Amino acid sequence: MEEKSREEFREKKTAYEKSVESTLENNHEMKDAFTTLSGIPMNRLYTPDDIGEFDYCRNLGFPGDYPFTRGVQPTMYRGKHWTMRMYAGFSTAEESNRRYRYLLSQGSSGLSVAFDLPTQIGYDSDHAMAQGECGKVGVAIDSLADMEILFGDIPLDKVSTSMTINAPASVLLAMYICVGEKQGIAANKLSGTIQNDILKEYIARGTYIFPPKPSMRLITDIFAFCSRHVPKWNTISISGYHIREAGSTAVQEVAFTLSDGIAYVEAARKAGLDPNVFGRRLSFFFNSHNNFLEEVAKFRAARRLWAKIMKERFGVTDERAQMLRFHTQTAGCTLTAQQPENNIIRVTLQALAAVLGGTQSLHTNSMDEALALPTEKSVGIALKTQQIIAYESGVTDTIDPFGGSYVIETLTNEIERQASEYIRTIDEMGGMLAAIEKGYVQKQVQDASYEYQLAVEKNRITVVGVNQFQMEEEKKDLQLLRVDASVGERQIRKLREMKEHRDNILVNENLAKIRKAASDETENLMPYIIEAVRSYATEGEICGVLREVFGEYKENIIL
Amino acid sequence: MKERKIRVIVAKPGLDGHDRGAKVIARAFRDAGMEVIYTGLRQTPEQIVETAIQEDADAIGVSILSGAHEFYFARIIELLRQKKADDVLVFGGGVIPDSDVPKLQSLGVSAVFGPGTPTGDCVSWLLSAVAKKREEEQGECIPS
Repeated sequence: MEEKSREEFREKKTAYEKSVESTLENNHEMKDAFTTLSGIPMNRLYTPDDIGEFDYCRNLGFPGDYPFTRGVQPTMYRGKHWTMRMYAGFSTAEESNRRYRYLLSQGSSGLSVAFDLPTQIGYDSDHAMAQGECGKVGVAIDSLADMEILFGDIPLDKVSTSMTINAPASVLLAMYICVGEKQGIAANKLSGTIQNDILKEYIARGTYIFPPKPSMRLITDIFAFCSRHVPKWNTISISGYHIREAGSTAVQEVAFTLSDGIAYVEAARKAGLDPNVFGRRLSFFFNSHNNFLEEVAKFRAARRLWAKIMKERFGVTDERAQMLRFHTQTAGCTLTAQQPENNIIRVTLQALAAVLGGTQSLHTNSMDEALALPTEKSVGIALKTQQIIAYESGVTDTIDPFGGSYVIETLTNEIERQASEYIRTIDEMGGMLAAIEKGYVQKQVQDASYEYQLAVEKNRITVVGVNQFQMEEEKKDLQLLRVDASVGERQIRKLREMKEHRDNILVNENLAKIRKAASDETENLMPYIIEAVRSYATEGEICGVLREVFGEYKENIIL
Repeated sequence: MKERKIRVIVAKPGLDGHDRGAKVIARAFRDAGMEVIYTGLRQTPEQIVETAIQEDADAIGVSILSGAHEFYFARIIELLRQKKADDVLVFGGGVIPDSDVPKLQSLGVSAVFGPGTPTGDCVSWLLSAVAKKREEEQGECIPS
């Protein structure tokens, strides 16, 4: 600012502050203090004063350029929209395949597979722990035979597929590679993502199998294997989503996710891998919650902070390995069972925040998900919500529309600062694994979650239809999706028949090879797992062998 | 004699890893002066019932968001009956459609709290349900 205009600014600001004071004498504001959901104070007004000596190139840079605050591509959504990727899967492979083909026909641009809990925890459908759970929260997959059905008539070189699979990620990736083979598509043509993020399972999501050390080995084995053989695959999706769902604040979401990322980079470096190479295939997954401005700022802050971590802490010079590319899902925990149609509006705002924050792909929740898995109709509305933002709203026509906004830049700085403090605390504890073992991270998240609950119950936070603006409602209006209770039996029958028809001697040989390789840390497990999967060894059999060698993780109960 | 504190098991049956609600309600019960035993994840119905008996619990609160509620409630209640511990109240919450509630009640589930229920509602329900149960039990002990 020039001297003259600076003077004018001072004068006008003083006058404004006086007019505020006189307004406040007669008209109180609605709250004594305004804060974001993370507790960051929100000022009445942001002006150039708040962003101080603003260094454009250092703080923001240009899209596609370090530190990527404004986005990871030079043209962003003008060149290509984000991938509209709806998380789906339930019941059997046949039924989920039908849902995927429906979603693709409706303009979904990528698939996202939800597996049932037995699959996520490495049990076949006939395991005692699988009782009652088959096909409930996702699709039941026991062997390559199920996976072939799941992707029937879906050309794997034309779609990218994200799989929410963590502890047994190697097994499901191996199955995907084998389905590709059967379709005549080489592994180096496959694109997609496995979640493969075990640390947040210990923190927040709960589908762990093995203890940390062998789990980290499985992950770095995947990094190494894919950089050679499946180069277009995102080998991990480092997820803040579930940490936020478990109740963390936005700041904690960024901090704990990036701390997890640091732990993976360190583990891979220790395994002799080059972060300039595997760093390009790291991807992230965030939540988009209610506080709109804070969320927009959060995505920008995460991108900038990760770029700095990769460059400054790990000496990464490859720009693509410095970029934080991420998927977003709107916040499931904000969906209400009361007045469920209101959820459409919540999802719209959350999705808009993700787009303004520069997401690479997006899942929008359906209005009925506080009650059950979504119906085809409600999923359709959720997908159309993305299309309306992409094609009608105009927000995609220019890059990072909020860049330079006084409030957004202030919040971006503040989230980065507070997240960096958490990361420092975790570093001082000896890194993320140590912090999880001490229960530090879990406790932080639980405290935030309890605080939030109390804030809702004391009406400090308004939830429309829940603690304000309630109404009597006819609860049976919504048609909910029901997963047929016979899925388990059908799945078990299929599994038995498959086992009768495969070469069981070969399967046993392949399982023995996995056992041997698992005991030898210099081996990469991926080729052995692929070989076993190809011979129709089941997921439960493979994970069973690994359980024998690696043991199982025991939860550190923190209350 | 001072009335014994309410002892409640907060249980996560099966493979469901969503423990936010379980932990929040466990803390709310504890803040209301109850003795709370939180089982942690991946409990079989057998383990949950065993814990309830060993801890001499008044009630078991089951948190389940995986859609497998019918299976787990039925099994827990069946096991309590087998072990002659069916005086233990069973209630729960999670992602449970309203239309499933009558079925669960017919199995013997005392109350189901859906998403958005204030913790205070659960606390006051449990206080009065346990008081009522204790009253009835005392009644049975008085020789006629």
